[in-house]
Amino acid sequence: MVATEFDNDSNLERILAEHAGMDGALLPILHAVQDSVGYISPAHVALIARALNLSRAEVHGVVSFYHYFRQHEPGRHVVHVCRAEACQAMHCEQTAQHARRALGVDYGGTSADGLFTLKAAYCLGNCAAGPTVMVDEKLYGRVTPERLASILEDWRNR
Amino acid sequence: MAARIYLSRDAAAQALGADETAAALQVAAAAKGTSITLTRVGSRGMVWLEPLVEVEDASGQRIAYGPVTAGDVPGLVQAGLFDTASHPLRLGRVEDMPWFAQQQRLTFARVGVIDPVSVDDYVAHGGFAGLKRALGMSGAEIVQEVLESGLRGRGGAAFPTGIKWRTVLEQHSLQKYVVCNADEGDSGTFSDRMLMEGDPLCLIEGMLIAGLAVGATRGYIYLRCEYPHAGHALREAIAAARVRGYVGPDVCGSGKAFELEVRMGAGAYICGEETAMLESLEGKRAEVRYRPPLPAIKGLFGQPTIINNVISLGSVPIILERGAACYRDFGMGRSRGTLPIQLAGNLQRGGLVEMAFGVTLRELLYDFGGGSASGRPLRAVQVGGPLGAYLPESQFDTPLDYEAFTAIGALVGHGGIVAFDDTVDMARMARYAMEFCAVESCGKCTPCRIGSTRGVEVIDRILQGNGRQANLARLADLCETMQHGSLCGLGGMTPFPVLSALKHFPADFSRDR
Repeated sequence: MVATEFDNDSNLERILAEHAGMDGALLPILHAVQDSVGYISPAHVALIARALNLSRAEVHGVVSFYHYFRQHEPGRHVVHVCRAEACQAMHCEQTAQHARRALGVDYGGTSADGLFTLKAAYCLGNCAAGPTVMVDEKLYGRVTPERLASILEDWRNR
Repeated sequence: MAARIYLSRDAAAQALGADETAAALQVAAAAKGTSITLTRVGSRGMVWLEPLVEVEDASGQRIAYGPVTAGDVPGLVQAGLFDTASHPLRLGRVEDMPWFAQQQRLTFARVGVIDPVSVDDYVAHGGFAGLKRALGMSGAEIVQEVLESGLRGRGGAAFPTGIKWRTVLEQHSLQKYVVCNADEGDSGTFSDRMLMEGDPLCLIEGMLIAGLAVGATRGYIYLRCEYPHAGHALREAIAAARVRGYVGPDVCGSGKAFELEVRMGAGAYICGEETAMLESLEGKRAEVRYRPPLPAIKGLFGQPTIINNVISLGSVPIILERGAACYRDFGMGRSRGTLPIQLAGNLQRGGLVEMAFGVTLRELLYDFGGGSASGRPLRAVQVGGPLGAYLPESQFDTPLDYEAFTAIGALVGHGGIVAFDDTVDMARMARYAMEFCAVESCGKCTPCRIGSTRGVEVIDRILQGNGRQANLARLADLCETMQHGSLCGLGGMTPFPVLSALKHFPADFSRDR
């Protein structure tokens, strides 16, 4: 039995209740937790495991398998830079390099001011207008390093 | 009367500022005192012209302007946009533009035309006609129709859809499933996304027909999480279809049930592989399953399951509506019907072109694509995603046909074409193919899991000029092991881009850096 500060988390209780009886509920639950809390902590894993009658190792194994699920608190905004072939054909590595330099982090890192988490994406489906960047759910096409600088500036001021 | 305006809600249009253009149109109309009705539609596929604004003229024709950024709007409105006045950005009717007029749009006929989440709009443009016909047929008759159409899996494997369906039909089970694989992870592909955002009811209709055909009462759309816009459109469309009795316990009063749900993936390329996707849907790590059993016999939750790609299912309504022969009349050889082709990467006019099989790469790259965006010569194209071969200019006359591509060691795959100009370093692209495989391997089989990492290391040594000949031999050997020893296409096909780069562009591997 793992006692944690999340035991009384009504949010998580609600999420688990909403998914009770659903076939293959684990991914939908993990999405809901990450959408609501921002990441999936070991304490969440323990509670989800108990609710689904799985071991913590099984739930952790799923969380850590998928690139999208985070185990640490992210920055206020998540910046995805696509580095798949179609964007490479439009020189996305220059855009990606600018992102790493401007935010002072590598892929997976969060900028020191806590505003941005940088992630590499492998295709965002905007392949006819690359390089492509996505900030939260907002998509941008033809993102040169200069344009990325102004996009980041825009999000900084939101 | 209010001016009727159409503007895309497609993610690619949004990425180029469609939402800002929409807001600017409202502001400019208010300032001018004109009332407008703005409908957000799918994209016509001319991505280089997005945001594309279409204005209905007095005779009901839609006149296109593009690309229209928010900054262009005040001047355009001033010049008489709402009265379809002339302007440098005025393009005329989309249907009269050669890029569009030369296409053969079957699956994408409604995309960019209708409000994607309006059942009335859908029905007014021929929607649910296929379903209506299917409701009067037996399951075996529906399967026969799909079989005779010659439709093959558009996700990449090109397996005959009708044979899959027949296998599921023949199973006896209390519960069968229809799963749509919408984990469109290949770089350079976006036709699934465009159909889901531009005509989601078409996919829903295809799944309903599949359910009727094999007696499945539950459907899932497994959607990659990189596609939030498609998720919104699908959920809106499913809700609208449910209200009108197309989805639910009694489909169109037939007494047959079909429940449908969108499930989000979580960033795993391997879920494009159908058995990995099933594991994911069941709430597990997306590790590839051994076969047999086939998913058609023992699929989701151990039950008989139809698994088809978005475009395969989206092509079913028109096959049922117009009949198998009509669809089969398009295409060449054993590749029947049309393929929505995606022109991507370094091209002047990228976007979606739906054509019958048989169109050549050269026609697509130059006639439609307009050559490179950079103005430099095209050097290589990759067809069929990250596992597809790189083709040099000498192979650009190959027709798009499953067998013709197989014959040159390439694949049509999902119909995505990524073009590179002469600045591309093909040894780097080969390294990237291995790197991608290492990042995305599910880890179940050794040739893929370990082979891809060793592949990156071996290519690095080649690039450094460290024992080049010995390492080139080692790379060929490693590729052979991956190709023949991997459990699924990820490890098994990563050698395609690597070996084709090596074969057609050897100089990139041997020059000193």
